[in-house]
Amino acid sequence: MSSWLLQLGFADWLAYGSAGLIKAGLVLVLVLFTPMLALWMERKIAGRIQDRLGPTRTGGRFGWLQSPADGIKLLMKEDLMPAAADPLLFRLAPYLSFCAVFCLFVVLPMADGWAPAGWDSALFFFLAVAGLEVFGVILAGYASGSKWSLFGAMREAAQVVSYEVPLGLCVVVPVVVAGSMDLEEIARMQEGWFTRWFIFHDPFTFLTFWIYAACAMAGLNRAPFDLPEAESELVAGFATEYSGFRWAVFFMAEYAAMFAWSGLGAILFFGGWNGPVPVASWLGLVSTNGPLAGFLGNLLSLLNFLLKALLGVTVMIWARWTLPRLRIDQVIAMCWKYCVPLATLMLVGVVFWQAISMEIFSPKPTGSCTVRCSSNPPRLSQGAWPEETPSAFPLPTRSGLASQRGLVR
Amino acid sequence: MVDSVVPEEFDLLTEEIVINMGPQHPSTHGVLRLILRTDGEVVREVQPEIGYLHRCAEKIGENLTVRQFTPYTDRLDYLAAMNMNLGWSLCVEKLLSWQVPEKCRHLRVLMAELNRIASHLVAVGTYGLDLGNFTPYMYCFREREKIVNLFEAVCGARLTYHYIVPGGVMGDLPPGWLRECSRFLDQFQATLNDLHALLTNNYIFIRRTAGVGVLPLGTAISYGCTGPVLRASGLAWDLRRHGEPIYTQMYAPYDFQIVAPQDGQYPDDGLSPPVPDDAVVGDCWHRFYVRMREIVQSVRIVRQAIQWYQEADGSVGEPMKIQQKLPVAEAYLETEAPKGQLGFLIVGQGASIPRRVRIRSSSFCNLSVLPELCRGCLVADVPAIVGSLDLVLGEVDR
Repeated sequence: MSSWLLQLGFADWLAYGSAGLIKAGLVLVLVLFTPMLALWMERKIAGRIQDRLGPTRTGGRFGWLQSPADGIKLLMKEDLMPAAADPLLFRLAPYLSFCAVFCLFVVLPMADGWAPAGWDSALFFFLAVAGLEVFGVILAGYASGSKWSLFGAMREAAQVVSYEVPLGLCVVVPVVVAGSMDLEEIARMQEGWFTRWFIFHDPFTFLTFWIYAACAMAGLNRAPFDLPEAESELVAGFATEYSGFRWAVFFMAEYAAMFAWSGLGAILFFGGWNGPVPVASWLGLVSTNGPLAGFLGNLLSLLNFLLKALLGVTVMIWARWTLPRLRIDQVIAMCWKYCVPLATLMLVGVVFWQAISMEIFSPKPTGSCTVRCSSNPPRLSQGAWPEETPSAFPLPTRSGLASQRGLVR
Repeated sequence: MVDSVVPEEFDLLTEEIVINMGPQHPSTHGVLRLILRTDGEVVREVQPEIGYLHRCAEKIGENLTVRQFTPYTDRLDYLAAMNMNLGWSLCVEKLLSWQVPEKCRHLRVLMAELNRIASHLVAVGTYGLDLGNFTPYMYCFREREKIVNLFEAVCGARLTYHYIVPGGVMGDLPPGWLRECSRFLDQFQATLNDLHALLTNNYIFIRRTAGVGVLPLGTAISYGCTGPVLRASGLAWDLRRHGEPIYTQMYAPYDFQIVAPQDGQYPDDGLSPPVPDDAVVGDCWHRFYVRMREIVQSVRIVRQAIQWYQEADGSVGEPMKIQQKLPVAEAYLETEAPKGQLGFLIVGQGASIPRRVRIRSSSFCNLSVLPELCRGCLVADVPAIVGSLDLVLGEVDR
């Protein structure tokens, strides 16, 4: 967008600044909209699971106004803060959580090229920022001046920090397959039929997805891992003393994070914005057929992505309303005894799989564990591995090697 | 001054926190207050504080006639008001050496067992809630609602029935009621199967309850635990079979099992799933499971009661007069309420108002074992153990 503004003759600072603002605004809309949708879905799905109807009265036919009505109600509540609380930290905590979740959406590509910021290291950024969310919760527990909150914060610290290890390992597995940490690049590699999705790439990625799903739910504090707010044990855990809008901000962060993590799962394992059947390319809705076709194709992609991410959210809701809660020692034991070793095994397995499959299917243009050469052609010719260096031995050059192994398209 | 406590090397000593759990805590089932002394997540000591729902029920009993006191028994265990009424009525009848007609006895069994189902449904449903699973609670309350509707058709009330009274019952069944009741029983097993799938057989549920809060039989007896809590520890003791004649004769024609594990296994009833390997006799899982199986047995009893009631001739009894004089004598009778043995003591003084009324509450005795069960467990186990005891604070505090 910034380059387009520059072409229109805007000054550098204005072009970049306004592009940034517009993107931030779009992300904010998304971050505010998805929790409302997820909350409404949770109500309806929970209602169906529990043999109820869910909201029906508010907002006409499907109770769709229930979430905004709740938001308004929470906004109008009294601003309460316990006397024992640390005023600054108590106020800061929910916004810290929310900001961290907001930043997750910055690198999440909704369609080809439709990420607010497409970086080479988007995945790394995602993991790093996701870890920040826990600070808000720990701060909330500490600053509330309540023992239940403190318990919740202690559990959050123990649980989320533990689960970041297997999550990181799980996320590396598709990276090994793709050879890139750029989320857009990873999604682009899964174009075509659904068999190209990374979950069907090899047995290791297939198993990794299930570990990822369990760990993501644990990292998100969703039931059956909702120990930091376990309402039958800790009243409301870290959120005990929060009410009104601050509480709403916490829960917006939780639901937005659910969406972000299932979106990441969709990108890493389920082809991101690519549908199961390459309908867009059959219809000619690709950017090579002109900007309008590309735009329409991207809209279709966006729909695909949203559906996949919401499907993930649905599964989380389904689990929440079906399963009892685990105990803290069981959650931690599950992490260190099962998830971490399994995820490590998957990582080692997929590395060997990649190495062996490269040997066997060398002409097939799959990925590899080296950096994809095609995505960065200029760097190769910049002399890191000089192609024309005279050598005593007729060694194959770097690019020659890559093309032999089928790495260059 | 020499510091007497020398921490061992690598021994992590953390500060103990005293936490106040309740009386407004979501999982203490009413207004129970527990004072926890915890070391991190480990509970060192639990001290129950009761009395938040004390309404002087026994003292009220000494200022009213026994007939007038009957509605107050509804408020003891308000989830099983029929059983409370029944215990009181039988005790009064024992004092007066009355016999109610056969038809009335079968009607009382029918009501008491229906209410036992309702009470166990609440116990099972809230137990799921204590462990973080909301859905079984909704299923249980959906089914309980049907029972409550049946009761409402009988006596007009949905919680405090005041239906079984000394001398008989307040009125006969309305027309068509037995058909509705049978219809309820016919569709009921499906819900039990759902509950078995969501809780009994659920892996997480077994991990949370099996081996947690193990109550050995000796401890259970020495603390006076009764009802499902005692039976889950392995003693097949049920006052419906082992009680006093005035009570057991009501149940004499009925065919049902006393649900208690023998060597870790239960007699087959053809409907309930097997016991998992992790479960230890006397743990939370068994206490939960005994209730689930008792529901099945109660359904059997209700079916038989419908049969017996239709076959019996005669009236359903006449409620006693309000100013009925009591003899100068005392009577004590324990009956098998859903939560355990409920005992009433009445001391008559030759007037219509008794000299002394005393209530032996099952929940009170079951609660007394809580500090023993919770020693050294985790904070998350406290709601699991409290829930498995199935306390009703109205009965604890009286």
